[in-house]
Amino acid sequence: MDFPVLLTILLAPLVASLVIMFIPKEENILIKSIAAAGMFVSLALSLYAYFAYNQDIGGLQFVFGHEMPWIKDLGVTFFLAVDGISLPMLLLTNLIGFSAIFASWNINNRPKEFFILLLMLIAGVMGTFIAHDLFIFLLFYEVVVIPIYILVIIWGSSKRVTKEYAGMKLTMYLLIGSGFLLVGVIALFIKTTAIAGHPDMSFTGMAMAAQQLGRFDQIWLFALMLFGFGSLISMWPFHSWSPDGYAGAPTAVSMIHAGVLKKIGGYGLIKIAVYMLPLGASFFAPYMAVLGVIGVAYAAMGAMAQKDLKYVVGYSSVSHMGYVILAVACMNVIGINGAVANMFAHGVMAALFFSMIGFIYEKTHTRWIPDMGGLARQTPRLAVGFMLAALASLGLPGLVSFIPEFTIFVASFEVYGGVAVIGIAGIIITALYVLRAGANTLFGPPRPEYDHLEDIKGPEMVPLVVLGTVLVVGGCLPSLLFDMINSGVVPLHAAISDALQLGGKF
Amino acid sequence: MYVEFALQHAWLVPLLPALAFVAIVFLTRPWQMLSAILAVGSMASSCVIATLAAYGIFTNHEYVEKPLVYATRWFSLGMPAMPDLQINVGVQLDPVSAMMMVMVSFISTFIFLYSIGYMNGEDGFSVFFSYLSLFGASMLLLVISSNLLQMFVAWELVGLCSYLLIGFYTHKISAREAAKKAFVTCRIADFGLLLGILSLQIVFGTLNLTELGEKIAHFEDYTTFGILTMIAVLVFMGPIAKSGQFPLHVWLPDAMEGPTPVSALIHAATMVVAGVYLVGRTMFLFHEVPSAMELVAVTGAFTALFAATIAITQREIKKILAYSTVSQLGYMMLALGVGSLTASMFHMWTHAFFKALMFLGAGSVLVALHHKADVWEMGGLVKKMPITAWTFVIGGLAIAGIPPFAGFWSKDEILVATLAEGHYVLFAMAAFTAFLTAFYMWRMIFLAFFGKENPANHPKESPWTMTVPLLVLAVGAIGAGWLGTPWHNVWAEWIYFGSPHHAAANYGAMMLSVVLAVAGIGLAYTMYLKDTEKVKAKAMAEKYSTAYRVLVNKYYIDELYLWFNHALVDGAAKIFYLFDIYIVDGIVNGIGASAKVTGEGLRVFQTGRLQNYVLIFFIGVLIVAVLMAFVGPSNAVPVMGGVK
Repeated sequence: MDFPVLLTILLAPLVASLVIMFIPKEENILIKSIAAAGMFVSLALSLYAYFAYNQDIGGLQFVFGHEMPWIKDLGVTFFLAVDGISLPMLLLTNLIGFSAIFASWNINNRPKEFFILLLMLIAGVMGTFIAHDLFIFLLFYEVVVIPIYILVIIWGSSKRVTKEYAGMKLTMYLLIGSGFLLVGVIALFIKTTAIAGHPDMSFTGMAMAAQQLGRFDQIWLFALMLFGFGSLISMWPFHSWSPDGYAGAPTAVSMIHAGVLKKIGGYGLIKIAVYMLPLGASFFAPYMAVLGVIGVAYAAMGAMAQKDLKYVVGYSSVSHMGYVILAVACMNVIGINGAVANMFAHGVMAALFFSMIGFIYEKTHTRWIPDMGGLARQTPRLAVGFMLAALASLGLPGLVSFIPEFTIFVASFEVYGGVAVIGIAGIIITALYVLRAGANTLFGPPRPEYDHLEDIKGPEMVPLVVLGTVLVVGGCLPSLLFDMINSGVVPLHAAISDALQLGGKF
Repeated sequence: MYVEFALQHAWLVPLLPALAFVAIVFLTRPWQMLSAILAVGSMASSCVIATLAAYGIFTNHEYVEKPLVYATRWFSLGMPAMPDLQINVGVQLDPVSAMMMVMVSFISTFIFLYSIGYMNGEDGFSVFFSYLSLFGASMLLLVISSNLLQMFVAWELVGLCSYLLIGFYTHKISAREAAKKAFVTCRIADFGLLLGILSLQIVFGTLNLTELGEKIAHFEDYTTFGILTMIAVLVFMGPIAKSGQFPLHVWLPDAMEGPTPVSALIHAATMVVAGVYLVGRTMFLFHEVPSAMELVAVTGAFTALFAATIAITQREIKKILAYSTVSQLGYMMLALGVGSLTASMFHMWTHAFFKALMFLGAGSVLVALHHKADVWEMGGLVKKMPITAWTFVIGGLAIAGIPPFAGFWSKDEILVATLAEGHYVLFAMAAFTAFLTAFYMWRMIFLAFFGKENPANHPKESPWTMTVPLLVLAVGAIGAGWLGTPWHNVWAEWIYFGSPHHAAANYGAMMLSVVLAVAGIGLAYTMYLKDTEKVKAKAMAEKYSTAYRVLVNKYYIDELYLWFNHALVDGAAKIFYLFDIYIVDGIVNGIGASAKVTGEGLRVFQTGRLQNYVLIFFIGVLIVAVLMAFVGPSNAVPVMGGVK
């Protein structure tokens, strides 16, 4: 057996958190260094996996544990594997997780507990992306909920809403979403077991059976999943947890939540809901497109009205996720490629944004835009990071988010025409609010009360360097990202269209 | 051999400044002079390569019909053998792009050089040169692009550099707002351009310029005439903002907040003509749609006249130049609209020299007067700043259209082309604009450089890094037009769309434009130089005070937009937000509250006393036992969760 790459990636942060448990809580720097070391191992290995993955062969690689029965009667195996869709998500999780450790470098309130929970959170998110078994997927998904709640209510901040409210809202939404999901998955399990004759929870096994389901079954099962995954990806109108939750959460949690956790919704929508239930998906596609477009425009307008930086980015992330939903609704190769790529791009950009806002808040003790101005003079490096994220957010070519948006526009304009145009118009509103936030925070006359501020340096630079590099490299060489995603999307799309043809849709 | 190398490696032209950008940002930022030398050096090297490549193009007439194209895959989606979407990036060299490449790199080199003197001692000296290099790279990328999406990428990147450089004085609120305005205004237009590009990709399945040209020539196989018209109009939206056409010209005068070399390079000579260039590049599209051509022509002519009327009343030296740029860009659009790529590109070429010259001259004045910008407070500068003043006069003669200076030939070409197409109204507008141009330009020149000296000023001539570029550009402002005289029009032999049209010398039009130019200058002379107390000028302003106010306030268009933005857009945003926290969130909280009420009800059962729990547990077991007794163990399995 080969070296278990995926298992090591998954376990490294958990081992690190285990080690931290045995370190006295006064050893501040040691705790942080161990957390960073654990994430470094994961990041390095996932980079290795990303570049060692053979795109010509495609399919599942780095397979682990598929012969290892876990709950035999339910057909559950501890099946870990990655393909062209999950690998970018795994890499994204590690990039952001690694950066999040350094974005939390200045946490001195009970750092031991903080980093243990943070590492568990990251490991949980990674688990959902490398699981190739629906049961394991759900298991990791639930693992994520607990640390998030504790992290928000202890280390969060209260502004418009209290951190307790934010934490509760975030958790309730995750749980309610997962409740619907669970019902859907159980029903799907019963139905597919009946078709296949034996239980099989692995994605591929389940999909084979599920794609044979009748149209009616697919539609109501898809509805449950759409509700579950939709609220996770903050699809309009199930989005209102997102701005409040991000505003209440500590920086690292906002980074991970907006950066990757949210993407589990889009990932699940593509790799579980659409893949397994194509007839249901094609029934709901027009509705999803409309909800996606509403999300884009509505949240962008919402972001315009904000004065708290975190709310701006919170609404903006709802807006960007609208593009992902719109892209999934296209159900063609270009659209699904764009959806996955946009999740990656938005993850990097949102994480950078939140880390920079976190530093601003740490230094100025405010996130209220009218209280700021001219920070570019006092903290130029911070301003560079902020502007990079802002420009990526408005889809500047040369940064990672432009080509994903372009592909989504191509796909959706072709499939949905006029509806898509409203979504595309979102680029104007986005430019307006992002530049306005940037201008009012960073430019204009510097305020004397911030003259003493120190620019970000040392460990604080890590998020900017790591995420900034990805932003630029991914923007200049989009094929680095797209060739990978494409190798996963093409077979997935082929399976969907075969199933649709059998179902007599086309 | 060198020529062959340059032709095959033309991608080096944008790459060198891009490398300079990276090097300045990461390595040489602390050493100001090194950064500047890097920027100037890389741009000069690019200029050499561009010139060699252009030599190769202009000595082989084949390239006119068959451009030199080489490209590589940027990304593709779908099966590798038959991709659903593939975008290539590459180089397309033909006479138009070769000319533009030389023009941009040549003018950039001298403006970079000028900036060393102009920016001397300013904060962020190295940063300024890094932005300039990034701009040079993006602009040159735009010029040589072989693919429309690649062009769009560069298009947005030059927009970014424009944003960064307008807002270069980050601590100034006016600079910050002007930068934002520029970006957002262009963004609104780029939305249309992007839709146009998307439509081209969807309809024709490619964005490579040469392939698009071939396919659009018989577009009936792909789409209807109506769709093609829509696409052309959408694509034209981009140039409207980028090239400062009415009604999206508003950002360009405000862009003068940037340092003067930026105004000269980006907002006069190169970036703002990108819109004209884009329409020229996609001429095969507009050519098929006469109504779109009409739109381009009318927009251009109207903008030319409209901006000229505003320029008459402005007082700031750079604002006057900015409106004159808008006006001249209108001429270029007009030329495109009447189907003359030759005239449009020719005017772009000459304009780059004389307008860059005048902006740099203005910059030289501003440095000497410590950034006092009002022309009414200058006067008599010619005595202390002879080089600046006389080169400025050359620029003024060129833009007014006095032969044999550059502007005369190109403006004449546009007027003749308009007349030849039978657009008499547009011709009249263009001719009247020529008169206004001569008038307001010379109003500025007489007020600033001649007449009485203002004792409050202590000007002195600028250093050589600033005057040498002035002299070089002055040579261009004199001679750049000789390439396209009506008697021996080398220009038209190389740069044309469709077939070369060689208009015979139209002496009537030539006479007319000279008369108009002289009349304009003469009127300016009588009002602003001969009349030392400026009595007539003041009387005019009072007599037509309403008109004067409208013009000084630029037809109140900025106010209208500001109102629209603040009242409507922000108002709508507020409504959306309130809807979100009261309705959407209200429902969520309502559900939460009702769950809480339910929870309170259910709490009756959660007494916390162990005995009660044991009781409930026991009842549960009892129910299961009864159930199993009745239905049998195997049928009860689903109830118990499937565990055997």
